[in-house]
Amino acid sequence: MTGTGPKARIAVVTFPGSNDDRDAALALERLGAEPVPVWHADRELPDVRAVILPGGFSHGDYLRAGALARFAPVMGPIQRLAADGGLVLGICNGFQILCEAGLLPGALRPNHSLSFVCRDVPLTVERADTPFTARCTERQRLSIPVKHGEGCFFADSELLAELEESGRVVLRYEGENPNGSVAAIAGVVNAEGNVMGLMPHPEHAVDPLTGSTDGALLLGSFVDAARRATTAPAAV
Amino acid sequence: MRATVLVRPKPGILDPQGEAVLGSLRQLGFAVEDARIGRVVDLELANGGREQARAELERMCEQLLANPLIESYEIELVGEA
Repeated sequence: MTGTGPKARIAVVTFPGSNDDRDAALALERLGAEPVPVWHADRELPDVRAVILPGGFSHGDYLRAGALARFAPVMGPIQRLAADGGLVLGICNGFQILCEAGLLPGALRPNHSLSFVCRDVPLTVERADTPFTARCTERQRLSIPVKHGEGCFFADSELLAELEESGRVVLRYEGENPNGSVAAIAGVVNAEGNVMGLMPHPEHAVDPLTGSTDGALLLGSFVDAARRATTAPAAV
Repeated sequence: MRATVLVRPKPGILDPQGEAVLGSLRQLGFAVEDARIGRVVDLELANGGREQARAELERMCEQLLANPLIESYEIELVGEA
């Protein structure tokens, strides 16, 4: 799993209120990558070709989830990395930040139930040919936990049609929709395929102790892609 | 100069808070057809005339105070300094 050659170096950003940054870093370590901590106020990224925006409640979710964090100084270099083909993965609050920043389409709204949901959810892999899902197979069913109050993905009918037609829906909730997301969307990629956001937490599903290791399929795919990008940046 | 910005969920956007309040109001016996919940932002602007203030407030709404995909906004200039 760890392969040979240099480790994938992956930046993990901490915003004020992030709380899954440590789990993300730990999961990356277990998957053979080298997590590099980055603070939201940093104006430059370390020498990486991949970044994780972890879950949590950046800036207390004030105004709208992710709305304030998108203006953090570190978002400038992240925008540039994304534009340059680098890999960006936003988990939960990270997904919300990427939508607010315009790096991903759509918006995340309060759950239909108005309740915080915290449980394992079944997911279907819609696309196995992305840097974030290459270790999966198409239509594979995964079990990964969600824990959020504002995970209801919204896209108007025009945007939704565009996402569906261009195959940018990567993960969908299977069975009961935990938050009312349109078309049961749990994860999407940008048009170029190098930026992904998802509400479920793969970093909480890498150890059999917590019930499922399906998260390692997603993060492992990301680590593989990051390693390729580290050794051959031009190939991204 | 003081200003108030009203931010509302756009028509067609499901507003679970509004629905919950609608249900409670009906339970209390009020004949209510619909309820939508938005946000009020009261601002005290440091300088500028009305036109400049309005232009700045537009930019504040577009950049931060509202998410144009899901929310509409309305600007009210309250008074002049």
